Amino acid sequence: MKSAHRNRAHLAALAFVAALLLMSAGSAGVLPDDRADLFYSRYSGGGMDITGTSVLARKKITEDLAVEFNYFVDQVSGASIDVLSQASVIKDERKQATGTVEYVHDKTTYTLSYINSRERDYISNTTHFSLSQDMFGDLTTLTLGFSRTRDEVGENNGTAETPIVAWLGHADTRSYDAGLAQILTKNLIAGVNLEVITDAGYLANPYRSIRYLDPTNPKGYSLASQVYPDTRTSTAVQTQAKYYLPYRAALTGSYRFYRDTWGVIGNTYEVDYTHPIRNLWILEGRLRYYKQGSAVFYSDLFPYADSQNFMARDQDLAAQDNTTIGAKATYAFLPDGWKMFKRGTVTFDVSRIQFKYLDFRNIKYYGVPQYLPGDEPLYQFNATVYQLFMSVFF
Amino acid sequence: MRSLRPVLLIGALVLVSACSGIQPWVKPYERDRLADPIMAWDRDAISAAYLDHIRESREGSRGATGGAGGGCGCN
Repeated sequence: MKSAHRNRAHLAALAFVAALLLMSAGSAGVLPDDRADLFYSRYSGGGMDITGTSVLARKKITEDLAVEFNYFVDQVSGASIDVLSQASVIKDERKQATGTVEYVHDKTTYTLSYINSRERDYISNTTHFSLSQDMFGDLTTLTLGFSRTRDEVGENNGTAETPIVAWLGHADTRSYDAGLAQILTKNLIAGVNLEVITDAGYLANPYRSIRYLDPTNPKGYSLASQVYPDTRTSTAVQTQAKYYLPYRAALTGSYRFYRDTWGVIGNTYEVDYTHPIRNLWILEGRLRYYKQGSAVFYSDLFPYADSQNFMARDQDLAAQDNTTIGAKATYAFLPDGWKMFKRGTVTFDVSRIQFKYLDFRNIKYYGVPQYLPGDEPLYQFNATVYQLFMSVFF
Repeated sequence: MRSLRPVLLIGALVLVSACSGIQPWVKPYERDRLADPIMAWDRDAISAAYLDHIRESREGSRGATGGAGGGCGCN
């Protein structure tokens, strides 16, 4: 299985290199403006509170070379419901640093990024390379990218204050992506993105467990470790279109289809409306709907211990749908710039997400006398996501 | 192999398109609306990456959204 995975990865790499060689050059592209951002976020829902803070700085060294640095810290308290069934992780912190270099030559933009993400029990390093090529009088932009990620996966058997981490293995992920953006009319732009991702290695979540019917246990069930395949390949295709309305506003629609070798099939639909008010405000509303089927080796309750080769009860792999309603307001406090600054904005963004699971049951009702194992109410929860950030362009 | 066919197809499309003589039907001076900031796919990279990370931590689907990131989202 690993050999097949490698062959697929090599074939994709060959296709990627072939496509690069086919690209042609033309007149010059332009790098975006320099900018700096201060970012704060808060996620609340499903028993978890996550606070995020971030800084981003982007600077052109020359007209054709830019560097960008982003540092992000997530502080987690609480734990999702399926984790609570096995462990009691109540505090964690994730620090992510990203360095990016962008170089423009003729009509081609080359981007190289390195991302390091660290938690007590999880270390992830990603290298990403992409290039974008403008073609046909700049009506068409083709983007090709490749990422490689190596994750070290551990389990904290201690506490948040005195962690005792057992390192369980690593995962190797390769991603191949291609995107095409096309100007169709004076008011309409459309795009399609494709991404194929292959994983190999330790892919399970050590904090989650399966449960199975167990007549010897007074509760009627017992818990056991999950068993995951050690490879996964996924394909996602997203199409999107953005239309400039007869008055100054924009409407965006997108659809994504996803499937993977674990049997998960997902469909995502999103509509956004953007409405500026003079050059002071940009208001945005969005609606997103996501639906997925479960992985073939997922079950909320297995009939007996070791009933399958692979077994998962991870809520990410359960059949589910969720709906997001979001609003965003950007206010320009420096609409016409000041001294070296071209513009300054502050943005507030709020999203409300309603998660509903179709085959994942609510742990709060486990062991409650009126519910037999497998008859507990299905789990659902609401989450709220706030973002507040300030951006200056110079 | 089936999942890689679209990647190979795009490579072939680039080859074919490079040989054709398509003329731009929307002239540069007609693109003022498309250049408006409200027509950008993602105006704020941190915000877009953050929302992607939240979704990938709770959903089985991943990819094709233009973002890259790290981390587990295990809790």
